[in-house]
Amino acid sequence: MGFSTIHWYRYASPQAFYPLAGTLAPLFLAIAMGLGLIGLFIAFFVAPTDFQQGEAYRIIFIHVPAAWMSMFIYLVMACWGAVGLALNARLSFMMAQALAPTGAMFTLVALVTGALWGKPMWGAWWVWDARLTSELILLFLYLGAMALHSAVDEPRRADKAFAVFALVGAINVPIIYFSVKWWNTLHQGASISLTKAPAMAAVMLWGMLILALACWAYSIGAAMLRVRCIIAEREREASWMNEMREAE
Amino acid sequence: MNAMLRCLLWRDLQLVVRRKSDAVAALFFFIIATSLFPLGVGSEPALLRAVGPGVLWVAALLSAMLSLNRLFAADHADGSLEQLVLMPVPLTLTVAVKTLAHWLTSGLPLVLLAPLLGLQFDLAGDALAVLTLSLLLGTPLLSLIGAIGAALTLGVRGGGVLLAVLVLPLYIPVLIFGAGAVSACAHGMSPWGGLSLLGALLVLGVVFAPFAAAAALRVSLE
Repeated sequence: MGFSTIHWYRYASPQAFYPLAGTLAPLFLAIAMGLGLIGLFIAFFVAPTDFQQGEAYRIIFIHVPAAWMSMFIYLVMACWGAVGLALNARLSFMMAQALAPTGAMFTLVALVTGALWGKPMWGAWWVWDARLTSELILLFLYLGAMALHSAVDEPRRADKAFAVFALVGAINVPIIYFSVKWWNTLHQGASISLTKAPAMAAVMLWGMLILALACWAYSIGAAMLRVRCIIAEREREASWMNEMREAE
Repeated sequence: MNAMLRCLLWRDLQLVVRRKSDAVAALFFFIIATSLFPLGVGSEPALLRAVGPGVLWVAALLSAMLSLNRLFAADHADGSLEQLVLMPVPLTLTVAVKTLAHWLTSGLPLVLLAPLLGLQFDLAGDALAVLTLSLLLGTPLLSLIGAIGAALTLGVRGGGVLLAVLVLPLYIPVLIFGAGAVSACAHGMSPWGGLSLLGALLVLGVVFAPFAAAAALRVSLE
């Protein structure tokens, strides 16, 4: 079957997407598991010890992919929200809702691993650096969006409110980042520069990239699993859901 | 259309004047919160000068937030909000006018009161002027961003706390530029960087926030 012969819009309906998500979720989770094991092997056994930072630098293999994912997932979530608002498609809202907990989890992982790395390197668990502060605010935005969704009883209103807030937050994230950076230079002067990354050994970069791919696959797999739960909950009255349950 | 919007502004202002306690309570909160800080951190003038701009700005932020649920909640409760949405005027303009009325009754009093409270923190004359100017540019933004949050949480369970959780992270740039300009001035640096950025944010906010708030309001009233 050629690319153009598949009706892609068919999968915009929860009924068609539900079994597809069920096939894709284990696939992506398996990819995540495989890549994660390879990446962690490189991170712990292949990559050389850093001559300045010692063994503690190895935390960046988890920290950097988590930080990338935390920001990227927010953007994807806002995009699904925008698609949902523009096309009034239920599944888009469900995808946005399904991504939020994974994004919040990665933000938390980035913050915690950053603190664990910062203690031996900077001698402090927390520094009011521009990146740390904006990451913390990103976590607040995730939690705010999730709180808003769970506070509204009516699902359609909750979906749309969630999407509007995610979009407003997405516009604000760059503004927040630059404001915090500006504030940081005013208050602290040149303290610790994270922007100039030291020239990295190729094997370290490979380890990080493989783990980043693992995080991607995990995010997709987790979102698919969660969207299945959301569909099952929302469509519990639908006839196709009951037929599927009886067939099983 | 203009007459209708003028009427709406006048109505909102009159409602606040006839029910003074809400607006006055938020103002009192501002005064009390700022007065608590010297009691908490100590009364050395050097320390107060250092924390003053930040304390005044954070208190202004919280006070503006406390009065936000006044923006749509009362009209929603008595059903007049639905009538306002049905007016033959773009909802964006209706929301903008309601936000303006909110700022005139909650933000502007803060601006006028701030120099007086700045004296409690031993701020010099030029720092007081910058504080007033930064609040004049910043408090409309607080009302504009807050309108989005107020529209989203309209009639929601535990709306007050949720409103704070949603709106406070979005207030951070305003706080940084506003308090930053005042501290820059107090340290003998030029405050115009922060003030210009606040002005730029205000322009952005005036253009986009009523639009987003109107969209949020439509979602809540659907």
